[in-house]
Parts: sequence; C-alpha cells; structure tokens
Amino acid sequence: MQNWFMVTLVGRDQPGIVAQVTAALFAAGGHLGEASMLRLGGNFTIMMMVQLPADGERLRQTLTAVAEQLQLRLHIDPIEGALHQHLQPDVQIRVHSADRAGIVAQVTAAFAEAGLHILDLTSDVAGSRDKPFYIMQIEGYAERGMEPLQAALAPLLAAGIEVRLEPLDTLIG
Amino acid sequence: MAILEILTYPDERLKQVSEPVTQFDQALADFLVDLTETMEAGPGGVGIAAPQVGCWQRIVIIDCSRTRKPVPNHGRQILINPELTHWEGMAVGREGCMSVPDYTGNVIRATAVTVQAQDRWGEPFKLDCEGYEARALQHELDHLDGMLFLDRVVSRRSDLFRRKVYR
Repeated sequence: MQNWFMVTLVGRDQPGIVAQVTAALFAAGGHLGEASMLRLGGNFTIMMMVQLPADGERLRQTLTAVAEQLQLRLHIDPIEGALHQHLQPDVQIRVHSADRAGIVAQVTAAFAEAGLHILDLTSDVAGSRDKPFYIMQIEGYAERGMEPLQAALAPLLAAGIEVRLEPLDTLIG
Repeated sequence: MAILEILTYPDERLKQVSEPVTQFDQALADFLVDLTETMEAGPGGVGIAAPQVGCWQRIVIIDCSRTRKPVPNHGRQILINPELTHWEGMAVGREGCMSVPDYTGNVIRATAVTVQAQDRWGEPFKLDCEGYEARALQHELDHLDGMLFLDRVVSRRSDLFRRKVYR
C-alpha cells in the first residue's frame, strides 16, 4: 500500500473544514500522512498526503462531494514520496522588513546560491494597511555549511532587509 | 557491558514515573556502564535517562562534550535522584530523542538550571548548567517523570522566543 496522493484544498475559510474533510477520508478508508493546514488571507488551505487502498478515482469521488459542500477547490496528484523522508534542518533564518515586492525573491535567491535547501518556509504580512511589514521564517539545510550563507547576508542587510541566521543544533537526548 | 535496547514511542512504558535509587551497589555500577555505552552508541546522543532502556529508576547521564559544535559543558555527568533546585531564563531550541525516531520539534526550556543529585556512590553534589547542557539535562529529567519532548513541543509557526545563540 504505497500509493500516496498529494491533496490540495483551498477555499474561503469557515469553521469545520478540517473535521469534515478528514471525516470523509476516514470513512472511505483513507490514511493521512504529513500535512500543512492553515489560514492564508481569509482562505483555508490544506496540503496533505493521503493514502487510499484503492486508486485515485476513489479518492476523487470521496473528496469531490465534501469539497463541493464546503466550496473548496480540489486538486489531487499521485506522488512518489513516502513517510519517514525527513531531512534535518541545520539552519534557521528569520527575515523581516517593511513590506515591498521582491523580498522573498531577493533573500531566497541569495541563499539558494549559497547552498541553502529550504525545508520549511512560513511568511506573513502584518502591520497595518498603510504600514505593512513582511516576516518570514525559514528552516533549511546548509549544503555547503554556514559560511557561504553568512557571506550572502551583507547585500540583503544593505537592501534594508533584517536577516538573522542561526545554526540549528538539534539536541538528541 | 552491553548496549541496551531503547524503548521508542508510542511505548506506554515511557510514561511511567521512575522511582528513587536506594541501593548504590555493584548492580548500579554495572548498569551505569551499560547506560553510558547505550548513550554513546546513539548517533549524536548527548543524554540518556534510565527509563529509556526500561529501568524505572531516577538516573540520567548527560555528556555535552559530544556535540558537533563545542558548547560549555561539564563533560560526562551521571546524576542519580536529581532534583531541579533553580532555573532561570527561557529559550526555544530544537530537540529530538532516541526514544522518538524521525521527529524533531521546538521546545521552550530554561536557559540555566541548578540540580542537586547524588553520584554513583550516593554522595550528594550540585551541578550548575547553562545553555545546551541545561537543555539536555531538562530533557532527561522529563523522562524520569514520564514526559517526552513531544509533550512540550511548540508550533514552528509561533516562535515567540528568539533562540539564544550559544557560543
């Protein structure tokens, strides 16, 4: 039973989305894997790994009804992935700046060039309508160590983006 | 000498509260050798608690001289019947556990702790730890009370505390 699917559901947020979607999957014999479920700008977004003993058609039938009822857009992809494929992050990056276009592009381009493999990125726009600011947290794996990442900091700081780089040493006890 | 089997989550026995050690005898000394060896066999392990190997006695070992990057530490410390007598500060840090394979999470811990314990001969002593070593000690002390870091994980999305950088 290795057939995993990546299911994406997006729509206007309302209470009960997770409960109804997952109840439908459970009733159909589905098995959930890793997932990200969060509210983005008044929408609720779900990206989750789902395993179903039958083929993708069964999954589609199961989810179409509940997606229609909740007015969510549904997308299903068969995936190669599997559980227990976690990569251990070894660097944490915190970014904030007055909001403007291009922050994510600038920061991630500089770090990608320096060997950063992004494992988890969360960003948000906060502040107020007339004074918005951008915040981003990245956890990643530094393929070439911390030094190239440190070296990539200067131009970002010069561009007025606050970027903090910290090694992430996971304690194993 | 032997490498002992590590109990892994969701083994219910990891929730069991450990009992104080009363006999400081040869059996204890032998067990400490095995427990140390088991900690050292775990990749990157900087600590171990007796209940992780199915021995519900209040015994922990830490050794933060084994970290990839050096941190302030007191080398290998065997703490029997440890009691936390003082703590201060709070910081978020990433933890994993030999008893919780394939998962790591952010946990808030005190940045400095003082522990009163007994050594392998039953002699009382006091240990002051900070930073990474303090975190390791708190992680192990939790095991004695049937707690795992899973019980303390905070959301990666609400990282309210800036993680202190230890040099």
